Amino acid sequence: MKGRKLLIEQVNIPGIETFDVYRKNGGYRSVDKAIKTMSPDDVVEEVKKSGLRGRGGAGFPTGMKWSFLAKPEGVPRYLVCNADESEPGTFKDRYLMEYLPHLLIEGMITSSYALGCNLSFIYIRGEFMWILDILEKAIAEAYAQGYLGKNIIGSGYDLDLRVMPGGGAYICGEETALIESLEGERGNPRIKPPFPAVKGLWGCPTVVNNVESIAAVVPIVNDGGDAYAQIGIGRSTGTKLISASGNLARPGVYEIDLGLSVEEFIYGDDYCRGMANGKKLKACIPGGSSVPILPHYLVSKTAIGEDRLMTYESLADGGFSSGSMLGSGGFIVFDEDQCIVRNTWNFARFYSHESCGQCSPCREGTSWMEKVLYRLENGQGNLRDIDLLAEINKKIEGNTICPLGDAAAWPVAAAIHHFREEFEWHVTNKEESQTRNFGLSKEPVSA
Amino acid sequence: MIKVTIDNIEVEVEPGTTILNAARQIGGEVVPPAMCYYSKLPGTGGKCRTCLVEVAAGSTADPRPMPKLVASCSTNVMDGMIVKNKTSEKVHENRGGVVEFLLANHPLDCPVCDQAGECHLQDLSYEHGAQKSRFEEEKRTFDPIDIGHTIKLHMNRCILCYRCVHVANNLTENRVHGVLNRGEHAEISTYIENAIENDFSGNMIDVCPVGALTDKTFRFKSRVWFLKPMEAECSCTKCSGKAVLWMFGNEVYRVTARKDTYGEVEDIEGKPGWICNECRFEKKDTAKWNVTGPRVVDRHSVISQGKYETKIDSPTKNIE
Repeated sequence: MKGRKLLIEQVNIPGIETFDVYRKNGGYRSVDKAIKTMSPDDVVEEVKKSGLRGRGGAGFPTGMKWSFLAKPEGVPRYLVCNADESEPGTFKDRYLMEYLPHLLIEGMITSSYALGCNLSFIYIRGEFMWILDILEKAIAEAYAQGYLGKNIIGSGYDLDLRVMPGGGAYICGEETALIESLEGERGNPRIKPPFPAVKGLWGCPTVVNNVESIAAVVPIVNDGGDAYAQIGIGRSTGTKLISASGNLARPGVYEIDLGLSVEEFIYGDDYCRGMANGKKLKACIPGGSSVPILPHYLVSKTAIGEDRLMTYESLADGGFSSGSMLGSGGFIVFDEDQCIVRNTWNFARFYSHESCGQCSPCREGTSWMEKVLYRLENGQGNLRDIDLLAEINKKIEGNTICPLGDAAAWPVAAAIHHFREEFEWHVTNKEESQTRNFGLSKEPVSA
Repeated sequence: MIKVTIDNIEVEVEPGTTILNAARQIGGEVVPPAMCYYSKLPGTGGKCRTCLVEVAAGSTADPRPMPKLVASCSTNVMDGMIVKNKTSEKVHENRGGVVEFLLANHPLDCPVCDQAGECHLQDLSYEHGAQKSRFEEEKRTFDPIDIGHTIKLHMNRCILCYRCVHVANNLTENRVHGVLNRGEHAEISTYIENAIENDFSGNMIDVCPVGALTDKTFRFKSRVWFLKPMEAECSCTKCSGKAVLWMFGNEVYRVTARKDTYGEVEDIEGKPGWICNECRFEKKDTAKWNVTGPRVVDRHSVISQGKYETKIDSPTKNIE
């Protein structure tokens, strides 16, 4: 397969989930290198140089996040790995943890060393119980080999690593809700500021990073931040795991260099090999369920006719009127037989179910949208419902405590923006819409 | 002291003050409405989103405007901050949206609700609500649960402000109630219908901005605006003993804590004047109280109409 793989190169080696095989294949080199030859600040500096951006969805530079961590004297600091991967369409962290548990643990040790943490957590989604077992087994091995616990590899640095399962709530992937949940409270997002970097877990400075971001620290420390920054385009550096799903000939988890064209990713032989069963592409959600959907004519090309690339910037090109986001890399593809209204309703139902219910716009707005979309999908809607949905969206967006409100609003707003014709067709052809799907949408004449 | 401008009015406040509290120092119409924030209960605020304001300039050092509306109850002021509340079209529009959300599943049963007349949600809808609801779906309802013989929980009316949860967190030792479930199904409840019984649980009724928690000993007795509020005190060992008696003739219909303009309990001798359950539920007799005089109800609400003194101008004045 084309392209380099920094994270999942060794995934097919038999027994790679055990310490011995992982070590034989160059594992834990970054720990040796960081602890023996580098100061914690050097590691942070390398991560800054690498330009690594948070792989959980928001794309905030990891090095910068680390440098914001407050370091008051005598107060412990915590690193928490966010493994609460529950976004519909995203399954990259699961793959990484299931097949390469030691890569995550290695990343956690190196990152904890860089941040000066002596106790770190992996907060794992409650549904991933079998992965919890895999991780705990791997952690026990690392303890036995002296890579965790007191005086790691004789350096005087102590680190304990714990895996904490969540209760299976999507909202606990939001960093402050995750911290609440870790503390044993109800997983409600906190009001920010203060940010976790100042006041997080048990009131102490805390960094919360995605699994893939932590794993990416390993190649960054091994090969240097500059080498990592060579990969990719502009401010989108390095490689990214993309979990491709939907009507593709070969869905799955792929590691790509950021900067690969979307066209190549969908149709390339090394990647998804085009649409399944020779169908036509109808729409694509490039970054997990919370990002805006793109109609087929905006997938490979941007609104101004440039090639669309798998980068943070190119996917967002055109803003919310003709762009989307790289998000968490949950690449969902729809063929001509899929119904956008049904899909939008499905997502709205998910967000309505997962809203924590703390702030009013999200609690009431998400369930309202879900009910309206359900009526539209089932032939009981009317035309003013479509405008009503757009209105509800505007009132939720930006007015909530955490980004879940935005994440619920954007996909609905984008679906109405790009597929309004299909929504209207559901209203005007109530009976027909129950028996067949709308098909491809027409490209606007001006585009 | 730092300077902040709210709706073109400048005010000097202590560092660390929130925008809402700075506005309360000015007073009057520039104060954003607050449904969940309660200054006497640490930890409240940020949830209802009715106090959203626009920050037109962050501070003197960084005069950029904030991209989103911010919750004024949980955002601290900076020196030179310029805040727009009632002068901002965006605030007006989005606050209307929040009111619409709060009313979407609200039963609107004001005619039979004991809170009517002193309900914050009524006031808020009067000021920012639409004439007609666009919510056509079936309203969400909850199964009623019994939380004891003094407090009635009517969950359908609840706006989930979490104030009562913070009463339990701050005033009592063992919290037996909290929020169960998630999203639109989130509800105030006790674990397996436990009764809430402790000396200060009655304060949940006073902090509730809507009719979700009402006094069972006062249920359906009278509309609040027919009652005369009188200040009274008694020698109570548990609380300050300073309360308001709501009277009809010589009969005491209910007892509440003394509340200020914002519907929050007043400070008595430097401490919030919470009252105990004994004063609230068991002393409904003027013989047990020393009535000191009429209570001025200084609130922009139906309850203050026709009372001894109000801040609201007579409606006929404007017609003339």
